[in-house]
Formats: sequence, C-alpha cells, structure tokens
Amino acid sequence: MIPGAFAYHRPTSIKDAVGLLAKLGDDGRALAGGHSLIPMMKLRLATPANLVDLGGIAELKGARADGNDIVIGAMTTQHDLIGSDLLGTKIPILRETSLQIADPQVRYLGTLGGNVANGDPGNDMPAVMMCLGATFHVIGAKGERRIAAREFYQGAYFTALETGDVLTAIRIPVPAAGHGYAYEKLKRKIGDYATAAAAVVLTMTGGKVGTCSIGLTNVAETPLWAQDAAKILVGSSLDAATVKKAVAAAEAITAPAADARGPAHYRTKMAGVMLTRALARAKARARG
Amino acid sequence: MAKSQVTMKVNGKIIEALVEPRTLLIHFLRDQQNITGPHIGCETSHCGACTVDLDGKSVKSCTVFAVQANGADIRTIEGMANADGTLHALQEGFREMHGLQCGFCTPGMITRAYRLLQENKNPSEEEIRYGISGNLCRCTGYQNIVKAIQFAAAKLNGVPFQEAAE
Repeated sequence: MIPGAFAYHRPTSIKDAVGLLAKLGDDGRALAGGHSLIPMMKLRLATPANLVDLGGIAELKGARADGNDIVIGAMTTQHDLIGSDLLGTKIPILRETSLQIADPQVRYLGTLGGNVANGDPGNDMPAVMMCLGATFHVIGAKGERRIAAREFYQGAYFTALETGDVLTAIRIPVPAAGHGYAYEKLKRKIGDYATAAAAVVLTMTGGKVGTCSIGLTNVAETPLWAQDAAKILVGSSLDAATVKKAVAAAEAITAPAADARGPAHYRTKMAGVMLTRALARAKARARG
Repeated sequence: MAKSQVTMKVNGKIIEALVEPRTLLIHFLRDQQNITGPHIGCETSHCGACTVDLDGKSVKSCTVFAVQANGADIRTIEGMANADGTLHALQEGFREMHGLQCGFCTPGMITRAYRLLQENKNPSEEEIRYGISGNLCRCTGYQNIVKAIQFAAAKLNGVPFQEAAE
C-alpha cells in the first residue's frame, strides 16, 4: 500500500509550523507520530497534498511542572509518558493508560497530542483527559487559545480545532496527593481499540468519596465525561447499591455503535462493567 | 513530486539517497537499499514483521516515511550479528530453542527483542510476552520464542540458561 504523493515539510519551530499550516489551509495536514494518519494515507482515505511533520520541533516534547499543573508537549510519545518519573508520581493514570494503548512499537512513536487531537472515539487518552479536567493549548493563525478537554470533542473526528490549528501542549491539574485512579479497558486483543473503557480519578476522606471524575472511551461518537454518575458517588463509601446507581447513570449517556466488537447494548453494559472495576481499583489505591 | 535527499546510518553504514516523500521506510530499505531482512507482512501496523530499530526505538517501518528517518541510526537483522561474524545471542537463542518455524516473523521478532533486552536486561516471562506483543507469529505459539529470548538474556548476562519446568 503506497500513499498518494505529497510535499513534505519539517519545520523546527512552532511558529514556522503554524505559519506553514496557515498558508497551506486545507491542503496541509500536521503529522505527529503518524500512527493514525499514515495508515489512513496508505488506504487513501487521507490524501493531504502537504504534510507538516511536527517531529523536528524540540519545544513540543517533554513534560514539566507549572505551578499546580503539569504541562506535556504534544509530541511526547506514549513511550515517554510510561518512562516519565514526574508523571508516574503525579498523574499515574497516564502511565496505566499508555500501557494499554496499541503495542510497544506504536507507543514509541504515537504521541499524546496526536491521540487527543485526532478526535477518534476509539483513542484512549481523550476520555482520560476529560476525567482529569485537562486543557489543550492550541496555536493557530489568530494566536494562542486554550480549550478544555471537556468542550473539545464534537463528533467522530470532529473537534474544536480549526484548519491551521496546532495543538501544542496538554495542561493537566495535578490530582490531589493520595488520590485513587484506574483505567479499565476491555479489548479483544493487544493493539485493539476498546470495546468499552472507563477512567476514574477519585479522592477518599474518612472512607467516603470526596471528589470523583469519570471518563468513558469508545461508547459514543465522542469520549464521555460521566458527570452525573460521579455526582451520585460523592459522599458514599462506594457501597454496592450506590455504585449500581452510578453505573446506571453512566450507561444511560452511552450511545455506542454496533461493530465487530459487539452489539450496542453489549458495549453499553461493558462500559458499566469497566466502570465498576475502575471504581473498585481506584478506591483500593486511594489513601484517606 | 520533488524528491528529498536523505542521509541515514543503516547497520553502521552511511547511506545517502533521494526518496519521494511518500516512500515508506520499509520500501526504501527493501527496494532501494536491498535490505530485505525486515519483511512486509500486514502493511497495517499490526504484525511487526517490518520492525527495525530506529534511534533506540523499535518501530514498524511500514508506518514511517523514509524522509522521517533522515539523520537516523537504524539497525535491522542484517546488522545483528557480532562484529566477528558470530551470531548475536538472540540469533543463537532462536536457533537453539527452535524459536522459529517458517521464519517470516523472525527478523522483526529478533529486532524487537534486541531493544527489549537493551531496556530490560532480565525480563520476566510476562515482560517478554508483553514486550513482543506488537509482533505476530502464526507458527510457534510463542512458547519457543519466549525461551529463545530468555536464552539470549541469560547469555548476555553471563549466567547459565535454565529452562523453566513445563
């Protein structure tokens, strides 16, 4: 399989990349790790006339603390996320999620920015970003703006990004020390997208849930932030009856497609099972 | 479309060439450089037969453009043997432990295992299975591939290889 012809650009600064993409308009496409875009190009489902490779821009790589946030460059790979001590200590759900994405070879090149910007409902990081309350830094022809992950996803492959925009960084507020977390993903085999998956971050105080946030993967056109389900759990001890109520609230907002991973009803129920497991594991990990 | 000049080091040798931007690294290596160890299996980023080592990362060369590898240091199965021509511990392990049957996946499997052992000198069986989960083998059932990698790890660590009880 050979992609269609294109012109290749490799800028070395964000400014140059944004300038190029602004000039190219709909004829240009940003290339991050390439593990979604290149397969699409091989199938000729994507035929950009110009590729702007972001791989040569050093300022898009790595994670740093910034006050109570951690800012991660968009070109930081899943392999980098797994190996980062800073992230492993402060936001360990990123490591747990990264380890469940694709396979080792894909994780060496696949980037956090590409994963969240592509708008593929099968990608794992978008729901985790909604769960964590992340903000995306975007630079376009009109300058820089910040978009909350919870307002970013509008449909399958349809996001708040406009032509010429580059998602440059992901800003995540560091969850409280001692928080519990889990990313539970049901998949048919290594490398598969989720049949359904659930991300949970919570804090416990005196055996009761203090705060709770829930994201769901691949059970709708967009990732889902299950706000009502989380609200039901706050103040509870995560007893079986309350968890059941919250799971029902989470299942109610799903609208999965029937595909090779199973019929829609099955995938909704599996989202509930993943959430139940994620809550139990997050609780076991939480201190307080 | 205008061709791009690329320079890369492949198995220790500097290569300079002109490539179309759309040329995938696997096609560049096989068709332009006659380096045919990396195989084309699925062409969809799943099977890992095309795995090469690129700047210390295992990558599927069917999902990287040759222009992206400009300036890179690449190793394929052709560059795996020791300088004196003897087999690398992994190659020896695959031979001794019958880690291959048809052999199609073997170059990718060994190249991936090479990086795995660089990052983890003494992996557990579970870590090996997880570490090679991006490489598919349709013959062996993986059992002997895992043993081959354990054999190589032991040899590289200078300790005797002990086969786990079945």
